[in-house]
Amino acid sequence: MTSLRYPTVAPVVGQSGGMEQLAEPVPAGAPPLRAPAHRLSPRARTWWRLRALLNGLVPVVPQVLALAVLGDAAPGWLGLTTSVTVAAVLAYTVAVPPLRYRIHRWEVTDEAVYTLSGWLVREWRIAPISRVQTVDTEHGPLQQLLRLANVTVTTASARGPVRIMGLDAQEAAELARTLTETTQATPGDAT
Amino acid sequence: MTVHPQGPPPEQPTVAPDRFRPGTGPADTTVAVVETPWRRLDPRMLAVGPLNGMVGLVPLVVVLLISGQGDLTRLWVAAVAGVLVVLAGVLRWRTTRYRITPDRVELHIGWLNRQRRSVPRDRIRTVDLTAKLLHRAFGLSVVQVGAGSGGPADEAGLSLDAVSKAEADRLRRELLAQRGGAAAAPGDAAGAARSTAVPVVPPARELARLDWAWLRYAPLTLSSLAGIGAVVAAVFNVAGDLGVDPRDIDAVDAAGERLAAAPVWLAVGGLGVLLLVVAALGSLLLFAERWWGYRLTREPDGTVRVKRGLLTRRSLSVSEQRLRGAELTEPLLLRAGRGAQCRALTTGLSGEGGGALLPPAPRAQAHRVASEVLREPPAEITAATLRRHPPAARVRRLTRALGPSLVLVAAAWVLTVSGAGPGWAGPVSLLLPPVALLLGVDRYRNLGHALTARYVVARSGSLNRRTAALQRAGVIGWTIRQSPFQRRAGLVTLTAVTAAGVGGYDVLDVGAADAVTLADAATPGLLARVHAH
Repeated sequence: MTSLRYPTVAPVVGQSGGMEQLAEPVPAGAPPLRAPAHRLSPRARTWWRLRALLNGLVPVVPQVLALAVLGDAAPGWLGLTTSVTVAAVLAYTVAVPPLRYRIHRWEVTDEAVYTLSGWLVREWRIAPISRVQTVDTEHGPLQQLLRLANVTVTTASARGPVRIMGLDAQEAAELARTLTETTQATPGDAT
Repeated sequence: MTVHPQGPPPEQPTVAPDRFRPGTGPADTTVAVVETPWRRLDPRMLAVGPLNGMVGLVPLVVVLLISGQGDLTRLWVAAVAGVLVVLAGVLRWRTTRYRITPDRVELHIGWLNRQRRSVPRDRIRTVDLTAKLLHRAFGLSVVQVGAGSGGPADEAGLSLDAVSKAEADRLRRELLAQRGGAAAAPGDAAGAARSTAVPVVPPARELARLDWAWLRYAPLTLSSLAGIGAVVAAVFNVAGDLGVDPRDIDAVDAAGERLAAAPVWLAVGGLGVLLLVVAALGSLLLFAERWWGYRLTREPDGTVRVKRGLLTRRSLSVSEQRLRGAELTEPLLLRAGRGAQCRALTTGLSGEGGGALLPPAPRAQAHRVASEVLREPPAEITAATLRRHPPAARVRRLTRALGPSLVLVAAAWVLTVSGAGPGWAGPVSLLLPPVALLLGVDRYRNLGHALTARYVVARSGSLNRRTAALQRAGVIGWTIRQSPFQRRAGLVTLTAVTAAGVGGYDVLDVGAADAVTLADAATPGLLARVHAH
């Protein structure tokens, strides 16, 4: 990994024109917000695939076991549901992670932490830097394997946390460090 | 802290640190030498704690005694359980200590499993005093300190169960005393000294008091359902504890048989009327128990205070600085009766149900109370003129209401036609879509939002209409959600994130562009850089 470079201050879009290629046209029906500047780590796709496969095992394994144990005595519909489940898990594993990677974005501007997520239901979250209370990084076992991490930015609201999941681990640590420094410089109890 | 307005109880020396007190163990010497002494809960808890435990044991003991019929081991079990309860009460009192330092409120509980809670004083938003019947008989009160949420769990608040009424009152005043004024130097001594030096400050101003005519709204609230629940649960609990199956009682059994023999409509009608009567009675009782002696006041120390309760006396104090808005809730029946409920939006209160400012009362009263408490004209807050949401929102409300009802109708007809279900299922289910249609229309009519000088106002809901007025300064972030269906309709759900109340208030199905405009205008600057120009 070479030197870390990502702007914690976003370019002002629409006036300078220098970063205009970042601003994609807002699709019809979507809120007129520009997408956050940064993508997640490309390895996040692998993480989502592995996670989808592992989660897929939960409905698949019992059915396969039942088929194996029962053998010929297995009811006809069991084979059908098993194959449908396997197909659904595979389809999800193939289709959704790239979609997620295209959509999920994050950015930290002077004023706010800003994220976009959700492949089916889109969710834009904006939390003012001045109201940030804690910044946590965490990585599960799969993520450690892939050198990924999540950054959770908490405000005083129970419904306010902004999560950036699937960042490069080093990038996440750097982000958490800068965010913590910024928020510690802000007085008040952020409620 | 050296001065106590009411004078400390004799068994609680206030000048000597805890470790100098006789009878404390060596563990206490680990406490560093500090100016603020630890205090214990009121010694009357030695009686109240075990008694409370005993009350919980009564059904068990009764069952043991009744069913045992002289069996000595059962008596022994009951006796041992009683002794354990007493010991637990003593142990709890012995191991619970609290103190208020200039910066924090600290509470240590437990012997083997020690818990230490500590709440920064500048985070305290509410102080709730509750005295159940037994506590009241002994002149005690539970102090619940509510702090801003979101931080580490141990800073969410704590509860002292229990201290004397005088001590509870002192704590309430001291913990919510406004700091940083000219008279209030930061620090505990100053706060305590002020409350002694000025015992009679300007009297509290009354904002509202109970009007027994409001009793007519009691059966119209959801509490009538709770009334049914409470009555039925009580009957079944008592019956269950006594080991009696209601079906074994002849009268009940006979009534049940007659009911089963009667035509279906009569049985259903009879049961319905019975339930209605129980619900109405239950809700009247609940109203009286909850709102007896209700008074809403503005205290000279910068708090708003709600006092109420018949058996359980409650006093909720909310720091005015921490008020973030108000919410009007109007369950369908209450709305039909032109009534409403009003609650405060503030941090440190457990979202749903917490912070009630007013019993079910005429809607105009609810608006007036919200306006008095927030010091804003009603038109700036809950009674603001709301902007309608786009027609696409109506289509969405209607499809969401009608869709499930049509599925139910189809299912009912399948049952009827196939003969698997009763013959009336199909025809009766035809009543559902018109009701759903009305509900959908009403839900759309109620959708609305407004941005006033200092507040964001949002309304939604039909069965339970809610109008939330949230201070713009209390908005600490925004969430915009859009499902694929909403995207096609050009709508989003905008959530104003806040530390108060339930943590976020939704503006449902607002136009996508309107949502961004609203958020941008409500919190200037925050969205400037993310707006797609």
